Amino acid sequence: MSGHSTYQPKTGFERWLDARLPIVRLGYDSFVDYPTPRNLNYWWTFGGILSLCLASQLITGIILVMHYTPSAQGAFASVEHIMRDVNYGWLIRYMHANGASMFFIAVYIHMLRGLYYGSYKAPREVLWLLGCVIYLLMMATAFMGYVLPWGQMSFHGAVVITNLFGALPLVGESITTWLWGGFAVDNPTLNRFFSLHYLLPFMIAGVVILHIWALHVVGQNNPTGVEPKSKADVLPFTPYATVKDGFAMSVFLILFAFFVFYMPNALGHADNYIEANPLVTPSHIVPEWYFLPFYAILRAVPDKLMGVLAMFGAIACLFALPWLDTSKVRSMRYRPTAKIYFVFFLVASCILGVCGAKLPDDPVIPHLTTFQLMGSDLNSFVWLSRIAALYYFAFFLIVLPVLGLVEKTLPVPDSIASPALSADAHKG
Amino acid sequence: MLRKLSVLAAAVGLLTVGVAGPALANGGAKEAKDVHWSFEGPFGKFDQAQLQRGFKVYREVCSACHSLKLVAFRNLGDKGAPFYNEKYPNSNDNPWVKAIAKDYEIGDIDSETGDAIKRPATGADHFPSPFANEAAARASNGGALPPDMSLLAKAREEGPAHIYSVVTGYKTPPAGLKVPTGGHYNEYFPGDLTSAWSGSHEHVPPGGFIAMAPPLKDGLVTFDDGTKSTLDQEAKDVSAFLMWAAEPKLEERKQTGFAVILYLLLLSGLLFASYKTVWRNESH
Repeated sequence: MSGHSTYQPKTGFERWLDARLPIVRLGYDSFVDYPTPRNLNYWWTFGGILSLCLASQLITGIILVMHYTPSAQGAFASVEHIMRDVNYGWLIRYMHANGASMFFIAVYIHMLRGLYYGSYKAPREVLWLLGCVIYLLMMATAFMGYVLPWGQMSFHGAVVITNLFGALPLVGESITTWLWGGFAVDNPTLNRFFSLHYLLPFMIAGVVILHIWALHVVGQNNPTGVEPKSKADVLPFTPYATVKDGFAMSVFLILFAFFVFYMPNALGHADNYIEANPLVTPSHIVPEWYFLPFYAILRAVPDKLMGVLAMFGAIACLFALPWLDTSKVRSMRYRPTAKIYFVFFLVASCILGVCGAKLPDDPVIPHLTTFQLMGSDLNSFVWLSRIAALYYFAFFLIVLPVLGLVEKTLPVPDSIASPALSADAHKG
Repeated sequence: MLRKLSVLAAAVGLLTVGVAGPALANGGAKEAKDVHWSFEGPFGKFDQAQLQRGFKVYREVCSACHSLKLVAFRNLGDKGAPFYNEKYPNSNDNPWVKAIAKDYEIGDIDSETGDAIKRPATGADHFPSPFANEAAARASNGGALPPDMSLLAKAREEGPAHIYSVVTGYKTPPAGLKVPTGGHYNEYFPGDLTSAWSGSHEHVPPGGFIAMAPPLKDGLVTFDDGTKSTLDQEAKDVSAFLMWAAEPKLEERKQTGFAVILYLLLLSGLLFASYKTVWRNESH
């Protein structure tokens, strides 16, 4: 932990415990006395919000398991048993299902915040990598969780995603059979997904501890990207950060509650209220919204194997980010050109999300036929997703490495306190 | 700048949700009719009289082919349900529930002899299905499978409005549309009619072919409360009933939500005040 501990055991019991297991000291140093930059804005509250999401998913998930039947025969009916017969089962299940979406909303904001303010740059590379591992685990967990209700979209989504591994040369077929536990998605698949869906959240919790540990070693980044230099730059975590995080969590919970109580099925698919039937394929198989940009990248590439590689490559870019960005300036606040590319990155990601939800050959502008290129009309979602995907990769592989070398940046303040204090002086 | 960025991000986000939503609607069919439901909105509640009428439509018409296997008779007497009565907090004691259940026969095993028997249903039993299995259901319906109705109102993108629109959406097929044997033209049923259409490809009629013949018509059911049983009324009532069957805890959910959000608003206000107080002497 950064700095030496200032914890003073007050009671006899605390002194006794501190000599044997300094757990109170650890908590005090991590969440009370821990110095936080004084200029953190609301984008920095999403770390706390994410812990809340994880806790909520774990608690509701553990309760759901008490009533759920992990079998192809019983899963669908047991989920409905939860919705109809279990006391407040509807609340627990809707919290868990919408909680996954909330978790992803928060994690995307958290990641974009890191991207904008350069929170991945030295010495925070390991912190960023651990975050990427958490994100990867979250995606695996969410995907397997969506299979568990054994509705139509659960089943056919599982078929589509597991089949992706079949594109790998030589080992593809063996891997798919191994994932399925047979020759098709069936009861063994559901059972192993259930087992892993219960395991992975605890792995996430473990990596979260490492993530927080790494954070406390290097300290938090802040909107200026300038490291705290003196006591004037920082404030103790409690009460300053706790109360601000608490307020942000409460506001976030309002959004969460709005979905749970008033539009609990808006983020899901109606088809998943039909029990899985291997013989009937839904007209559109669409993943959950948080996977749509990657799904669009997958479909943008005409070759299946290359598509799968592009999709995983899109995530690999995040892992490589600390070494792709060459800029000496951390925060995009002082990088006017990078800021513009960042906004376009945001737009490209959203466009990819929209494309992922559409049929690839549907026209973007209705009733307009242009000319065919690579087997699709230029006015189609597949072409839009190709353009957006190209930008997505170009942002990581060309813009960030090159821009860092050629960009004219704005002057960076000497310390955190100086611009903050001078802004205050202006007001006063 | 950051504020502008966040506004932009929010706008892009909203746009994504707005555009991505309708993308999932069924292609080809007409958009469902706009119906006003009593259970809409944050304070929406089921109209009990409507649920009772809808149940009668289900029982006398739909149940001939459609199962309702996730619903138990006792559910009819639960809070927010068609036959709820505050005098009977335990729905198994509800006389309407008992009377309705008694009219159904349930397959069981005689505990003395082990023989397969039929006995009258109790509140704990679920609605029996009209067909023994899927094959039997298909055999009796020209190869088509009448879907279970327990979740139908949630299993369609447009909800109960879709059910209402399909039931009232049968039309004489336009000239040039070849309706297959056992099919019925319906503007609101998803499908692609291109191959059955002899006219120009620009003007393929909306909708699809549904195996179910028009199930409801004026005066088919006699409502006990004297409501005129027009096709429109029957369709609306049975759709509302099916929404209840799909989401029986809807009222409880909306009421709880109001309290929860009110609490969170107050909590947020308090926390914001605390934040301002704690930070009052600190620049940031």
